[in-house]
Amino acid sequence: MPHSRILPAAAALMLMSGLAACDNKQTAGSNENEVLAQYRANPKFADRIVGDKFSGYVFASPETQTMQDDDFENPGMLAVQDGETEWSTVAGSAGKSCASCHGDAAKSMKGVAVTYPKFEPKRGKLANIEHRINLCRTEQMKAPELKWESKPLLGLTAYVEYQSRGLPISVKVDGAAQPFFEEGKKFYYTRRGQMDIACNQCHEANAGMSIGVENLSQGQSNGYPTYRLKWQSFGSLHRRFEGCNEEVRAQPFPRGSDEYTNLELFVAWRGNGLKSEAPSVRR
Amino acid sequence: MRLTLAAAALLLASASLSTALAQTADVREPGLLPYMVKDYAIEKSLTGKPGDAANGRALAITSGQGNCVICHKMPIPEVAFRIGNVGPDLTEVGGRLTPGEIRMRIVNPKLLNEETIMPAYYRVNGLNRVATRFANKPMLTPEQVEDLVAYLSSLK
Ligand code: HEC
Ligand code: HEC
Repeated sequence: MPHSRILPAAAALMLMSGLAACDNKQTAGSNENEVLAQYRANPKFADRIVGDKFSGYVFASPETQTMQDDDFENPGMLAVQDGETEWSTVAGSAGKSCASCHGDAAKSMKGVAVTYPKFEPKRGKLANIEHRINLCRTEQMKAPELKWESKPLLGLTAYVEYQSRGLPISVKVDGAAQPFFEEGKKFYYTRRGQMDIACNQCHEANAGMSIGVENLSQGQSNGYPTYRLKWQSFGSLHRRFEGCNEEVRAQPFPRGSDEYTNLELFVAWRGNGLKSEAPSVRR
Repeated sequence: MRLTLAAAALLLASASLSTALAQTADVREPGLLPYMVKDYAIEKSLTGKPGDAANGRALAITSGQGNCVICHKMPIPEVAFRIGNVGPDLTEVGGRLTPGEIRMRIVNPKLLNEETIMPAYYRVNGLNRVATRFANKPMLTPEQVEDLVAYLSSLK
């Protein structure tokens, strides 16, 4: 609990001053506030809650949920289609496409994305799906890297992620990945920005609470990449990280940077077991 | 007790010591007006003048300014749809806290609870990776802090 390190006098002062009156705060002895408990009781979300992990889906509005559920309405499916075309498009001097090596993505890519990011010896550090795709391009296809957040890279990422839809997130954080995981974890708990707020303060301590019109979720990554209504476009997880950094008036890191990739591993690990929903729709 | 900047930074690094700081301290940060903390309160107006409550009410609902309502309930019906609940209800805060106590909680609530999510609105030291356009600037001007103190003190 955030208040554990305060001297008794200060703690008493705070209780008197109305903290205790905030009755939809977390209840004593449990980590689950009333809002989360209500979601848990709703059979509609049975598939979206695993242990104490809640997919961002349950915090979305019913309209957004419906948009995600219907593949014909879900704008993210257009990115998946872009990716499908890109998958078998030859590029680079080796004269190959992704399909030349990997064949039918529905078979070869099933269950792949849910294990990323992972340690990649060629990089000497983590690779996420976007990095992995670019490695295949430069090493196997002899093609230039695709630009971060470009239509073909988002499309391929969505297409690869889509092959794992419904499978549980299952990243590994031991072995060679461990030091990178530790960095990501440190990032998650570090306050930053003029507002001096860390990821956990919004997404662990206050999931289920509202901050302005926003319904705070646990900040899980199982829906990414996502079609975000606010962006009016499809976008990467690192773009979302950037937004959360800017929210607290912190200087963001570049998309694809080591900092965000390490953070991505920590965030994915927090959601291990949640079913992948990419491409999701979010507010 | 008179603190140098280095000592103040050191004190802020530790909860029990920062509580000591809140008991009595003379705080000076670069570019900011100095103020005195005693018993978890800043008795004196930062500007030496009283604030304007009507302006404080406007600041409390203006995004990019105070925007306090994203976390706190306040009696401002026109923004009811965007009032958050991360922080305590302030509808009657003027009845339970003195103006000096309210001022300290706006200037730097971390003096009371190091781990609070509430930003310090009049502080520039000890922050990490502030976006360049906000670097070395406090969230609010001293006049704005006083306007909010006046508004919150009127909520009874
Ligand atoms: C000041 C509050 C705040 C902070 C701090 C914050 N976020 Fe968020 N975050 C939000 C809000 C609001 C949303 C949109 C609603 C939601 O899903 O919670 C969001 C959404 C997200 C999402 C998308 C979840 C989904 O299902 O679509 C992820 C992932 C995320 N945040 C991760 C992070 C990480 C990592 C950090 C730290 C670098 C962070 N957030 C810091 C407020 C915050
Ligand atoms: C990101 C969330 C957040 C924002 C924004 C925020 N606060 Fe707070 N505030 C809190 C929390 C949480 C507390 C409870 C104290 C704690 O955490 O130590 C609090 C406590 C307070 C208190 C003490 C209340 C009491 O009953 O003891 C006052 C006064 C206050 N806030 C005023 C403001 C004002 C004025 C603003 C805007 C200029 C503001 N807050 C913005 C989260 C916030």
